[in-house]
Amino acid sequence: MSILTVKGLTKTFGGLTAVSGVNMTLEKGELVGLIGPNGAGKTTVFNLLTGVYEPTEGSVTLDRGKGPVTLSGKKPYHICAEGVARTFQNIRLFKNLTVLDNVRIAMHKNVKYGIAGGLFHLGSFAKEEQGLIDKAHQLLSMLGLDEKSGELAANLSYGEQRHLEIARALATDPVLLLLDEPAAGMNPAETAQLTSFISRIRKDFDLTILLIEHDMSLVMTICERIYVLDYGTVIAAGTPAEIKTNKRVVEAYLGEDMGNA
Amino acid sequence: MKNKKTLTTLALMLGVYALGHILILTGVINDYSFAVLATTGINIILATSLNLVTGFTGQFSLGHAGFMSIGAYVCAIITQRVEGTVGFVLGVLAGASAAALVGVLVGLPTLRLRGDYLAIATLGMAEIIRVLFLNMEITNGAAGLSFLPRFVDWNWLFLLTAGTLVLLSNFLHSSPGRACISVREDEIAAESMGINTTKYKVTAFSMGAFFAGVAGAMYASYFYFLKPDLFNFNKSIDILVIVVLGGMGSLSGSVIAAVLLQLISTWLSAFPELRMVIYSLMLVAIMLFRPQGLLGSTEVTELLSAKLPQLFGGKGGQKKEEGV
Repeated sequence: MSILTVKGLTKTFGGLTAVSGVNMTLEKGELVGLIGPNGAGKTTVFNLLTGVYEPTEGSVTLDRGKGPVTLSGKKPYHICAEGVARTFQNIRLFKNLTVLDNVRIAMHKNVKYGIAGGLFHLGSFAKEEQGLIDKAHQLLSMLGLDEKSGELAANLSYGEQRHLEIARALATDPVLLLLDEPAAGMNPAETAQLTSFISRIRKDFDLTILLIEHDMSLVMTICERIYVLDYGTVIAAGTPAEIKTNKRVVEAYLGEDMGNA
Repeated sequence: MKNKKTLTTLALMLGVYALGHILILTGVINDYSFAVLATTGINIILATSLNLVTGFTGQFSLGHAGFMSIGAYVCAIITQRVEGTVGFVLGVLAGASAAALVGVLVGLPTLRLRGDYLAIATLGMAEIIRVLFLNMEITNGAAGLSFLPRFVDWNWLFLLTAGTLVLLSNFLHSSPGRACISVREDEIAAESMGINTTKYKVTAFSMGAFFAGVAGAMYASYFYFLKPDLFNFNKSIDILVIVVLGGMGSLSGSVIAAVLLQLISTWLSAFPELRMVIYSLMLVAIMLFRPQGLLGSTEVTELLSAKLPQLFGGKGGQKKEEGV
């Protein structure tokens, strides 16, 4: 069953076509990579999927097994509520808040009391708040961040901040997780650790994952399928082995073979 | 843990309330010092409510005096027509609600602006409100309204000021309050984590307007007299100064700064010629040495729970997460 179907996705900024006619399907439980040279439009695709940008043309539909839901044209918080979560290429944590608060804020959509409940702390307020704290600690300990729950996000190490971004995305209770360059700026040892971390959360949280990555060791190790983007269009799709030998992909990354000049 | 904290707060509040009564009964607080006290209370409400908008939600507003004036005029018009405490209660509620309503109406279109653009839009809004009051018949134009009935005594002053503080603190320690704070931290990330940022920006804005309306109503019901000039751009700046001085994102900072500035300005009234010079120099000095404001974005309670146990040899500092 395809959980995500992208059809003819196009985005133009004035005269520039950043993404053009992208078709993509993700099966439930898959781990798919989205690669391409710098400026190919990968992050723009993410922004289109999560509603940060509205597509110029094309559609995005999500099917959690309860029938397809159109995501294109919806606001980011709606798309998040449907079960799509993301991380950011340039880390966007709530820096001046604690690790615990970062996670608790991402759980906001499940909180039942409203503004009046918040003002007067009535009824189920205390119970729900305690529930949030417990759930946040539980999530953080699964991800090995619980010792840091009282620290400000800004004071975490770079690697921990990347992990917290993933933890925060998981706190929104997603079915589809979009990771934008999770290994950026990490050394090979950290990347290896992250690789196993991603495989583990996919299993533990029953996720479908789409990830953008430049680190080929990570992409080739864990992705089951790969889409290659260049100048806003999909130039190749297939298993890692197929992609490695694809002529157009090699050309996009290394330039055309000019013959034996 | 939580109960103990609530009890401490309650005991502290009752203490302040009783102290106020004793000082008034024994004559230590005379009419003049009570006027200073009333101004302080009103400024505390204004500053903390603006802090909700600017310090916690990150929306730079320069129109707080506009909302205050709505509360003041609506309350005054009602207390002139409905007699007794009923009129006052009705006036406060109506004034604050009217300010909140205008907050929603103004907030919906303007809150899509950011930073200095929003500041200019809110500034314009406050000026429009002032000019409207200047030209309306029911507000008696530039001459203003006078001989307004006085209702604010120590009971009301304490109830409304403490009530505002409790409600704002409650809100900020709830999920909707954290949603507002996340908007300040990173709007795009907040939106992607399921926060309807427009909703919470407008909520914070109109809630700030509501309490500014309460402060305005108190002003009208203490100082007998209203005119549109009281609520000009300078008034908005005065409130902003308290917020920045106390620390953006610190309720207790706003309270401390409101009290401190009132004390300074009362003390300086002995030197009328140099008053504004000294006042300004002090502000410059404080901003030079403490650009994040007196308390930054922490609360007094956090500082105490982190520092006190250290002083007494226990280990503290790890208590923070339960409170926030």
